[in-house]
Amino acid sequence: MSDLLLGLLIVLPLLGSTLSLGLGLVRERVGWWVATLVLAVEAGLASWVAYVIYVGGDRLVHVLGGETFGRKSITVGGETTNFTVGIELVGDALSGLVVVLVAGVALAALAYMRRAGPRGNAFYTVYLIMTGGLMGVALTGDLFNLFVFLEIVGLATYALIAAGRGPEAAVASLKYLVVGTTGASMYLIGVGYVFLETGALNMVDVSRSLAGDAPWFDGALYSEPLVVAAFGFVAVGLATKSAIFPLHTWQPGAYAEAPDAVTVYISALASTSAAYAFARITWLVFTPEFFAVNRRLLEVVLLLAGASVVAGSVIAAMQQRLKRTFAYSSVAQFGLVFLGICVAVHPAATEEATKFAVYGTVIHLIGHAVIKGGLFATAGALAAGEGARTLSEIAGLARRRPFISGSLTVLGLSLVGVPPSVGFVGKWYIGVGAVGANLWPVVVVIFASTVLSLLYIAQILEKLYFTPEATEVDLQDVEPIAADGGRSLSYGMAGVGVTAAVVAVALGFGGAQLASLLDPVWRAVVDSAPEVIA
Amino acid sequence: MIDLLTTRYTYVLFAALLVVGLYIVIASSNLVKKVIGLNIFQTAIFLFFVSAAYIEGGASPVIHGEGGPYASPLPQVIVLTAIVVGVALTAVALALVVRIYSEYGTLDEQTLREVRADE
Repeated sequence: MSDLLLGLLIVLPLLGSTLSLGLGLVRERVGWWVATLVLAVEAGLASWVAYVIYVGGDRLVHVLGGETFGRKSITVGGETTNFTVGIELVGDALSGLVVVLVAGVALAALAYMRRAGPRGNAFYTVYLIMTGGLMGVALTGDLFNLFVFLEIVGLATYALIAAGRGPEAAVASLKYLVVGTTGASMYLIGVGYVFLETGALNMVDVSRSLAGDAPWFDGALYSEPLVVAAFGFVAVGLATKSAIFPLHTWQPGAYAEAPDAVTVYISALASTSAAYAFARITWLVFTPEFFAVNRRLLEVVLLLAGASVVAGSVIAAMQQRLKRTFAYSSVAQFGLVFLGICVAVHPAATEEATKFAVYGTVIHLIGHAVIKGGLFATAGALAAGEGARTLSEIAGLARRRPFISGSLTVLGLSLVGVPPSVGFVGKWYIGVGAVGANLWPVVVVIFASTVLSLLYIAQILEKLYFTPEATEVDLQDVEPIAADGGRSLSYGMAGVGVTAAVVAVALGFGGAQLASLLDPVWRAVVDSAPEVIA
Repeated sequence: MIDLLTTRYTYVLFAALLVVGLYIVIASSNLVKKVIGLNIFQTAIFLFFVSAAYIEGGASPVIHGEGGPYASPLPQVIVLTAIVVGVALTAVALALVVRIYSEYGTLDEQTLREVRADE
C-alpha cells in the first residue's frame, strides 16, 4: 500500500495541474486554490512516506506498469541472477528527505505567491508540473527516467522564469534553456554509454553490472573507456544543471530576472534536484570502487567544485543587486555540495570520513535549499515593501522592516556557517569528512568559503543596519516601483522569510538527529552497495 | 581507420553531428540558429541510440517460434521519448524567441546585448 504512495506523489501534482487549467475555464484565478489544495495533500503524503522510510525503516519500491514488470530472475549458464524490467520508483533514506523538502518548499512558496503573483491559472499549472517533476527526480530508480524528469523540471522552470513581466525574463529563460538542454543532453549521452556497456538502465542493476556481478560479465567494468566517459558526461551534464563554475552562466540571469516568487521556488529546488541526482549516481551507481580505479576523474570534479566555491563567492561580493548576489552565492554553495559528494567516495576516505561527508552533503543540500529560498523571499519582500533591489537601496531599512531584516540576518549568517544553524552543521560535517580523508586542499577551500561568504553577507548586513537611509536615492526610485504595478507586502511574503530563518536554526539544533537519519546511506556508500537498506 | 569508416560510420556521424550542433549553439549569434544547433545536437544522440540498437538481420522482439537475433526494443523507446522531450523543448524555445523578437525587434545576440545595454 505505502509503495503505491510513491507513484501517487508524482501523479498527484500532475493531475492537479490539469485541474488548475480545467477549472480555470469556469472560474478565473482558481489556480492558487487548486495548487494549495493539491500541495497540502502532497505534503501529507510526503510526510507519510518519510514516516514509513525513517521510522519504519523500510526501503519502498514501486514498479510502474503492473505485474508484467518488476524484478525478474533468470538463469544464465547455471547461475541465477535477477534484473528489473520496467521503471522502479525508490523511496529510501536518501530520497525521503528530498521528498519532504520538495513538498515543504512548494507549499511555502505558495504562501509567498498569494500576493506577489504571478496569478494566471496557467502559471499554477506549470508550477504543479514542476513539483511533480521534482518528486520524480527524487524518487526514480532508473537512469533514463531521471533524464525525463530532469527535462520536465527543466521545461517547467523555463516557463516559470519567462512568466516575469519584462522581456529580460524571456532572454534569461532562453539562455537557461539552451545551456540547460545541452547539459541534460550530455547526461543522456552518459546514460547511453552506460547502457551500451551494461545493457541496464535501472540504477541497482547498472551498479551491479559495473561491479561485474552479473554472470555474463567477466569482472568489474570500472576501467572500461565507455564507463569512464559515461561518468564524465553525467558529471558535466548534472554540474551544468546544478550551476557549477564554469557551467553556471545561465543561473544568475535566470534567478535575477524571474518573478520574485518563482526565484524563491527554483533557487531552493531546481539545482538541488540535479545535485541530488549527481550524489545518488556517484554514491550508489558508480560507487567508491569505481573511483578507486579512476582517481583522476574524481580529482577533476573536486577541482571544479573548489573553483566554484571560490569564484562564486568572489563574484557574489562584486554584485550590486541583492538577487544577483544570492544567485552567485548558490554557485559557491553547490560547489561545497559537490565537494562533499566527491569526498565521500574518494579512495583516501576512511569509513568515518565517508560518513561525515555523506552527512554534510545531504544536510548542506537541504539546508541550502531552506536558506536560499528564505533569502530570496526576504530580498523579494524588501523589494515589494520598500522597492529596494540594490545594495545602496537597502541602506538603513532594518529600522523600518525589523522582521524581514532580522530573518535576512539569521539566514545570511546561517549561509556563512555561524552555529547553531543548519549552514554550520553542513559545512562542519563536510569539513570533518575532508580532514578524515586527508584532503587538505579541500579543507582549506571549505573553511575559506566561510570567510568568502562573509564577504558578501557582511556587506549586505552593514548596509541594512549601519548605513543611514539615503533619502535622495529613495525619492528617485519611488517612481519605477509605482509603475511596476504597485505591488505590496503581505504577511505571507514576510512569513516565508521568517519561517525559513526559524527552520534554518531549528535544523541546526536538530543536526545530529538529521544526520542519524542518513546512517543507512553512508553504510551503503562504504560497502559500495547499490541499495540503501536500513 | 578505413575499417572504422566502413563498418562504424554511424558512430562517426554521431560524433560529427554532436560537435557541429554544439559549435552552432556556441558560435552562432542568431537565436533561431542556436535552437537549430540544439536540435542537431539532440539528433546526434538519437542516431547514437538507434545505431547501437541495430542488429543485422535482427527481428522485432515478438517471440514467434523461430529463434534468431532479436533487436532490443529499449533504445527505440528511449529515442521516441527523447524525441518528444526535444519537440517540447523546441516549442518552448521558439515561443521565447518570438517573445524576444516582438520586444526587441532582433534575433541577433550581439544586437540584443547592445539594445539591452542602452536601456
